Amino acid sequence: MSYDALIIGAGHNGLVTACYLARAGLKVLVVEKNDWVGGAAVSRELYPGFTYSNCSYVSSLFRPEIMRDLELPKHGLQILPYEGGALFTSDGGYLGMFRDHEANRREFARHSRRDAEAYDRYSRDILRNCRLIRPMLMRRPPDLASFAPRDLSELAWLGKQITGQSEAQIYDMMRFWTMSIADFLDEYFENPAVKAYQAVGSIIGTALGPMSPGTAYVLLHHAMGDVDGNVGSWGYSRGGMGGITSALHASLRASGGEVQAGSGVRQILIQNGRAVGVVLDNGKEIKAKRVISNMDVRRTFLKHVEEKELPGDFLKRVQTFKTRGSSGKLNIALDGVPNFTALPKGAPNIRGDLHFTDTIEKMEAAYDDWKAGHFSQNPFQDVMIPTLIDPTMTPPGKHFMSCFVQYAPPKIEGRDWTDADRDAFRDACLNQIEQYAPGFKSLILHAEVRTPRELEAEVGLTDGNIFQGELTFDQMFFNRPVPGYANYRSPIRDLWICGSSTHPGGGVMGAPGRNAAAEVLRDMKMPAKNMSDAYAIV
Amino acid sequence: MTTLRHFETPLLKTSFHPRTEAANKLWSWGNWGGYTTALTFEDLSMEHSAIRNTATVYDLCPMIKYRVEGPDATAYLNRLTIRNAAKLSVGGVHYTAWVNDAGHLLDDGTLFRLAQDRYRICCQERHLNWLLDSGHGFDVTITEETEEIAALSLQGPTSAEILRLGGFGIDGLKPYRMAEFALGDGWLMISRTGFTGDLGYELWTTPDQALALWDRLFAAGALHGLRPIGSDALNIARLEAGFVITGLDFTPADTCLREDRLRSPLELGLGWLIDWDKGHFTGKAALHKQRATGTKWSFVGLEIDGNISAEGAILYHDRKHEIGVITGACWSPILKKNIALAQILTKHLAGVNIWTEIYALRELHYEKLMMVARVVDRPFFNPDRRRATPPGRF
Repeated sequence: MSYDALIIGAGHNGLVTACYLARAGLKVLVVEKNDWVGGAAVSRELYPGFTYSNCSYVSSLFRPEIMRDLELPKHGLQILPYEGGALFTSDGGYLGMFRDHEANRREFARHSRRDAEAYDRYSRDILRNCRLIRPMLMRRPPDLASFAPRDLSELAWLGKQITGQSEAQIYDMMRFWTMSIADFLDEYFENPAVKAYQAVGSIIGTALGPMSPGTAYVLLHHAMGDVDGNVGSWGYSRGGMGGITSALHASLRASGGEVQAGSGVRQILIQNGRAVGVVLDNGKEIKAKRVISNMDVRRTFLKHVEEKELPGDFLKRVQTFKTRGSSGKLNIALDGVPNFTALPKGAPNIRGDLHFTDTIEKMEAAYDDWKAGHFSQNPFQDVMIPTLIDPTMTPPGKHFMSCFVQYAPPKIEGRDWTDADRDAFRDACLNQIEQYAPGFKSLILHAEVRTPRELEAEVGLTDGNIFQGELTFDQMFFNRPVPGYANYRSPIRDLWICGSSTHPGGGVMGAPGRNAAAEVLRDMKMPAKNMSDAYAIV
Repeated sequence: MTTLRHFETPLLKTSFHPRTEAANKLWSWGNWGGYTTALTFEDLSMEHSAIRNTATVYDLCPMIKYRVEGPDATAYLNRLTIRNAAKLSVGGVHYTAWVNDAGHLLDDGTLFRLAQDRYRICCQERHLNWLLDSGHGFDVTITEETEEIAALSLQGPTSAEILRLGGFGIDGLKPYRMAEFALGDGWLMISRTGFTGDLGYELWTTPDQALALWDRLFAAGALHGLRPIGSDALNIARLEAGFVITGLDFTPADTCLREDRLRSPLELGLGWLIDWDKGHFTGKAALHKQRATGTKWSFVGLEIDGNISAEGAILYHDRKHEIGVITGACWSPILKKNIALAQILTKHLAGVNIWTEIYALRELHYEKLMMVARVVDRPFFNPDRRRATPPGRF
């Protein structure tokens, strides 16, 4: 039995690729090492009656064009907008975020009137960069060294996007894409808490501190999505982030594709320089006309392809591709709502993202620990309680709390994480929350703790890097994952890559998977029916 | 647990709210700069008619106000704004605008010279950042005072008489001048300014005097047709007067995403404000260059055939080529004409063969009209009573 396309890994990008190819009429199989689908967009019940978002925990980047093309709402996808959020300050106060423009301005004005009024100009500049980058997400980057007509026309298109701006705007763009978020924010704001809050999106998933050049772009990566047109807004997937992949799975089944879960790929079979199928861990051999890997580029080529099959330059580039893990995750079942004492009773902010790092300097200090090979003693956390909005994940009155934590290195002082390290990491996070919500720890019914070790072992993310490779400028766009291979192909014929290691990178976006499917169909000279281009107006 | 409850009231109430709330029979409210403001109190036609027939009050509290003071206040304002602040004498008011370094409009507003080195800026948008950043090198203090001032606009032919009856001697007050009076144990500053193009005044006091002021005006105006108006009626009057509103007729540069939507004062018909000889001011070089090369866009008043308001309509040349967009329009009850303000490509300014596409929705079906539009001078409506000093009785 042979398939037209075999996809390795039932994460969101693998499923997106599979769905598009199945809809184009290909015979498609997705193989998954775990017993469940989802990859890093997964919801599991680890404590009776409680559904978690075990890895990714909020949605904004997932392209609405893909939701529509693949009829995901019909298959159960629902994105819930959430309200505000808050940064708790060490003096017992807080800085809140509100969806209402004026409420938000007045809240910021409590901390700095100047910053409150600077926020509009700041938002405009972020949005200008979003407008520039959004159309690039759903296109194959050009190969700079190629003279093929398609590369030249793609390069011309890119040039037109950039030169269509004023001179001043081009300068601003080049600065923005290369500078640190700390420097960028200094150009707008004066208040430390305002700056620390805005910096949140610039470090998430990235082994850089807010003072590292390149972090301003990471912020853009987190701001360029939208929830139903509200650019920069984030939402919850109803039922947890697994709702996204279960809708994709249902969509795939509806168009004749299948998923085989429970045994991963041991080896990609290569004959005469062509991928011809895979051997699973259970020994089963499956033939396919093409193999598409949703694993990260290092895992794909360093663990599942024999080195001798790869050109030396490519191999070297893959070996040095940065997948430095920087984060961990706590998933907690709670017996009730924690009482964050700084928040006034009834404040909506608790239903959004909560943070405890109130200066850029503290954020940078947390990164200093990472550089020294430790997890942060005073970590940065992005804490959410989605069950304050989503009634489906826990029994009434009980809650699921998701804590995204930075920084956590892939190795502790060069050695592997131990269970004792993991427990100490957990305690650092829980103690921090307890400080702002006394009694919090007594509400804990169960906690899943995931360091880079667990993220790699279970999800398969090399070094626990949640983006399948860092979002630094040297690894973006036509350089992602490897110069000359930003076209979702590899040096081995019929072996493709479709995960977040490829353009436009990580986050539950689906764009890499969609772009890879487009390239496969193009290679087969098949029309990409039912595949939308990026919506034209942002 | 903190006691802050501000999140429960995303919309603030103005100092006049107890009175406007009681008068708002339609319960028709809108959000103006974060304040709950009336759109229409009772009847739009009656409210507009009162502006041109008797007198009206309009709650101006949400207007953003900044106080600029210090030895360099005049020099600072001359750097910031495009008009010559030094020519404004103490007790005077002028309309002005300010731009960024590229010459793109940030806002327009009125500048009040309260004392030799103390001014007030009243405007639509918030600019504290811009004002503070522009203050580097000047001995000047800038304070936002929106919440410290309660303001009410009193406009219409009987407005002067109502002030007289209220005990305020405004007979000598000329247009664009102001005078201070006692009010309770506080003060009232009256400026002969407004946004209706008619005889009218703007009244400025502290929030604690607001309700007493309202009541005093309504007592004095009982026999002179005084009524409160909402933003909908004011919008018709300001279109008749040909006044620009930031955010409606142009997008301010500090929130404008698309660079081809940025506009300069020259493109908005505000070139007459610019004092080219006063020395350096922010944006001068860019505006100078634009004056020399000419503007791509212009801003005009239009008279449009027919009786259907052309809000948001596209302008065409020769019924075919898009040449602009209407930013504000209404049927003018005082002129019995269909009028509009529009951004139009300068090369079509000559005004021949301009058409506008209007869709009249009637019983769920559109009647599509292609109507001739003619460029005309602004203001559309400019009565002598607006300028007469002392003002007439009605």
